[in-house]
Amino acid sequence: MKTTVDLTKLLAHDGADLREHVGMLPNVKSQRTQSLKARISGAKAVTSLCCYCAVGCSTLAYVSDDGKLLDVEGNPESPINAGHLCPKGSALFGLTVNEARWTTVKYRAPYSDRYEERPLAWALERIAQLTKKTREETFVRERNGKRVNNTLGIASLGGATFGIEENYMLGKLMHSLGVVSIENQARI
Amino acid sequence: MPGLGTSFGRGGATVWLPDLANADCILIEGSNFAEAHPVGFRFVMEAKERGATIIHVDPRFTRTSAVADIYAPIRSGSDIVFLGAIINYLLTNENYFKEYVAAYTNAPFIVSADFKDTEDLGGMFSGYDADGLVYDFGTWTWERDEKGHIKTDPTMQHERCVLNLLRRHYGRYTAEMVEAVCGTPRELFTQIAQTLAKNSGRDRTTAFAYAVGWTQHTNGVQFIRTAAILQLLLGNIGRPGGGIMALRGHADIQGATDIATLYDSLPGYLAMPSVNRDEQTLAAYLKSQTKKTGWWANTPKYVVSILKAFYGDAATKENDYCFEYLPQLIGDHSQLVTTIAMKDGVVKGYFCIGQNPGASGQNAEMTRAALESLEWFVNIDSYDNETVSFWRREGADPSKIATEVFFLPAATVLEKEGTMTQTSRMLQAHDKAVEPAGESKSDAWYFNWFAKRLKELYAGSTDPKDRPILDMTWSYEHDDPHERERGEPSTLKVLQEINGYYTATGEQVVSFADLKDDGSTASGGWIYTGVCPDKHTNHARSRDASGPYTALNWGWAWPANRRTLYNRASADPAGNPWSERKKYVWWDAEAKKWTGVDVPDFPATKAPDTPANPDGLGMDFHSGADPFIMMLDGVGQIFVPGGALKDAPIPAHYEPQQSVVENALYKQQSSPVFGRYERDDNPYNKPIDENYPHVLTTYRITEMSGIMTRYVPWLAELQPSAFCEIDPELAVSKGIKSGDWVTLSTAVGEMEARALVSGRMRPLRLGKGKRVHQIGVPYNYGSMVALARGDSVGQLIPISLDPNVSIHESKTLTCNIRPGRRAAYHEDAIDEPVPARERSSFGQPLGRWASAGSGAGQRQEGEKK
Repeated sequence: MKTTVDLTKLLAHDGADLREHVGMLPNVKSQRTQSLKARISGAKAVTSLCCYCAVGCSTLAYVSDDGKLLDVEGNPESPINAGHLCPKGSALFGLTVNEARWTTVKYRAPYSDRYEERPLAWALERIAQLTKKTREETFVRERNGKRVNNTLGIASLGGATFGIEENYMLGKLMHSLGVVSIENQARI
Repeated sequence: MPGLGTSFGRGGATVWLPDLANADCILIEGSNFAEAHPVGFRFVMEAKERGATIIHVDPRFTRTSAVADIYAPIRSGSDIVFLGAIINYLLTNENYFKEYVAAYTNAPFIVSADFKDTEDLGGMFSGYDADGLVYDFGTWTWERDEKGHIKTDPTMQHERCVLNLLRRHYGRYTAEMVEAVCGTPRELFTQIAQTLAKNSGRDRTTAFAYAVGWTQHTNGVQFIRTAAILQLLLGNIGRPGGGIMALRGHADIQGATDIATLYDSLPGYLAMPSVNRDEQTLAAYLKSQTKKTGWWANTPKYVVSILKAFYGDAATKENDYCFEYLPQLIGDHSQLVTTIAMKDGVVKGYFCIGQNPGASGQNAEMTRAALESLEWFVNIDSYDNETVSFWRREGADPSKIATEVFFLPAATVLEKEGTMTQTSRMLQAHDKAVEPAGESKSDAWYFNWFAKRLKELYAGSTDPKDRPILDMTWSYEHDDPHERERGEPSTLKVLQEINGYYTATGEQVVSFADLKDDGSTASGGWIYTGVCPDKHTNHARSRDASGPYTALNWGWAWPANRRTLYNRASADPAGNPWSERKKYVWWDAEAKKWTGVDVPDFPATKAPDTPANPDGLGMDFHSGADPFIMMLDGVGQIFVPGGALKDAPIPAHYEPQQSVVENALYKQQSSPVFGRYERDDNPYNKPIDENYPHVLTTYRITEMSGIMTRYVPWLAELQPSAFCEIDPELAVSKGIKSGDWVTLSTAVGEMEARALVSGRMRPLRLGKGKRVHQIGVPYNYGSMVALARGDSVGQLIPISLDPNVSIHESKTLTCNIRPGRRAAYHEDAIDEPVPARERSSFGQPLGRWASAGSGAGQRQEGEKK
């Protein structure tokens, strides 16, 4: 912004960092303060995106050497957000690192009143078998003398919260299965 | 977005977001820009700092209103009256941009004498079939000469030319009418109309911004059409600081529309074949879909290329490139119509990925109940949600629900690589920062696994119906050994396939102009061709923001990295900038090409004086001064002929399906063709219902989206629970204080929320002294899970749909309100939100939330108490 630039020009003389000075003298610092480092200092910064609204803010995800997420900040280089993030974007850390998150498969059997933990491989195989079974039962080649090659027995919902490649894969797979009810949040 | 598509040619925002800073005036309507797209709003503020006038028209005074120069209240659902009256104002005062309108729109075209307007037929257009509740579009057409050429009157004097049709159509849309119907004071309205006129023309431009406040109506597409007409009249499309900014909601909602996971669309805005259009063979489909003139004359190239991308070597000229593999539509398969079909037992298995219709769906209880009819349900998400846990919702008896339910844990955006398309059609890649938590996988991982496994399960089948699965190309092996071992597919390879390649060599196609209809090219989505022009380049990963503000080396915008669409219109018909101040793209006569700060959205070397060939095909039909290259006639459509829109060729005001007043303009109360699904489990309030005397409108709040925010402690602390905003007058009359529980009701159901009595909602005075109260409810919550909870307003909204795109009417309803909680309240379903004054900034409430929001096992135990 215009004001920031002007202020910097006015105050940052001789290459001194504006943040180091208030008034004429360098700020007083304790030894402890001098030894402190930012949480993200030395961390790897990975360029990512905010996943909330469609403004498309670029983010920097700071990752420790052992692969832990430390923080997510706005990417100052982006022409869209220039480092800014809104409250949601600023809280991206809590979306990924959150003890309430479900990170295992949950299965609820017919008529059951609870979720059970099941192995991922089991769930995937079961879903694939059910998909085939339902497709076999509901696939229609012709309707009223016209070729339709579709199934109304399977439907898919979602797309606006994941990537274009994923949308493409989902659409390609569903179309090839004969699914026609393929929908997402973009109903206009 | 057919409102924009039928007006200009493409279903996307015409504006590059940072270009809003160049506007002299910005009209924000149908959007709470500052709160719903806060970071994008910085360009509005920058425009304001540079002296632009900011106007906000909204039912509610919001933070957008607070920084606007002019705020005007409006009754939700009455926007066509407001915008139509501005059209009338411009035409009456001759304030429109005449050269632009005459050259770049269909205003001079002469409409068939058989066409009858709403003024002639009491609110209907000609061709209405009252039995079928549909229009026959035969008369919505042009008058043609003996050679079949459209008759035009360049002077725009002919009584049946579009401009004069417009004058007559909007003649009764006056400032007085605005005051009576919208509740906007007439002086305020006139001030806004004057401001728009003053800030448009050769030297100045005005931009419009809208969001779902305009789309989620039974007349939603027509709201946007009215805005499009207005922007064409003001000459603001294709120009810097002009255009229409469609502010889209989700991070990749544009991408999910482009590379469509929408039932009626193939990637790149190609139609899915339908039995109702008799598109049984490739030839029949191409005949039905290919336009003779304009860019869509290229349709066959894009269709054949997509089939080659899907089915590879199996797709040959002899077998119509496997066209018959594509399933045929047999009707409306949109989300809510599918929900009804699901409830009725038609759908057996359902995949739901990153969407939570159990809270966000319209008639949310019906959506949840519909899941009970399924045999199996698969949910891919990162958190428990109201949809996957439908079987244990309030009032459900799990012992009677047969549905087999699977929850597959999803990686978040930080845990995977990929690309999303933002609201200005710009693709941006994101890198993977960390490994997915626990067993979580990317959606790509799951789709890849299912595709490969289904291929195995069908291996060896000789049944023709299984050929699509077996012939589908699917090789997205990751080049990185670690990812390959994890089973993670390469999204880059997927993007390269979308971009397209030569089938003989596998080399990338550089431009969609190179795609062919002979099987020599494959492309999964022609509008993205150019993003990966060779195997080593991915422009979605371009991250160099230097240079002019158009930032052509940051990300990549479709088509062909053009930032502002239709930017040929930023120059006059002769190719010169309309003014030095609004210079953007112009004809360089020496170099014989278009040039400027953006990529020209026009054939690069087609001179402005290139004559149109009236008998030509494709682009030959357009002259060098026809900027809307996707359109049949090369011009912006004020009048949409031929039934491209099912409800009106020019927008007319109809009341919402549920209203508090009679339609003051026509005998016809609500849209004669809206999608009506009235049944016992989807009841409607009467069109005007004494039991539901207030207007209900919905919106989103800054700190919340839905499931993706409701578990985040920082955000849950800011917006812990559902509330509704009511004006002080209504609050006093009902004995409601801020913080009280209130119950809202419609014929569909009830919801409870805390009351927020606020001057931000203001009673409106309409015609005949009618006093109207509007109630606002955030559309972010669900009552079952997460830290931030509350009843979903979806429980109040019936399924009634726009006839063009089947979008629901969630922005305008009628309702009643009473103090107290709803009847069937379940004691431990909702945590009591802590009133603000008792809440310390950190500590106790957060601690309580943290213990409440944990894994599944704990939550179930808690509920059994």
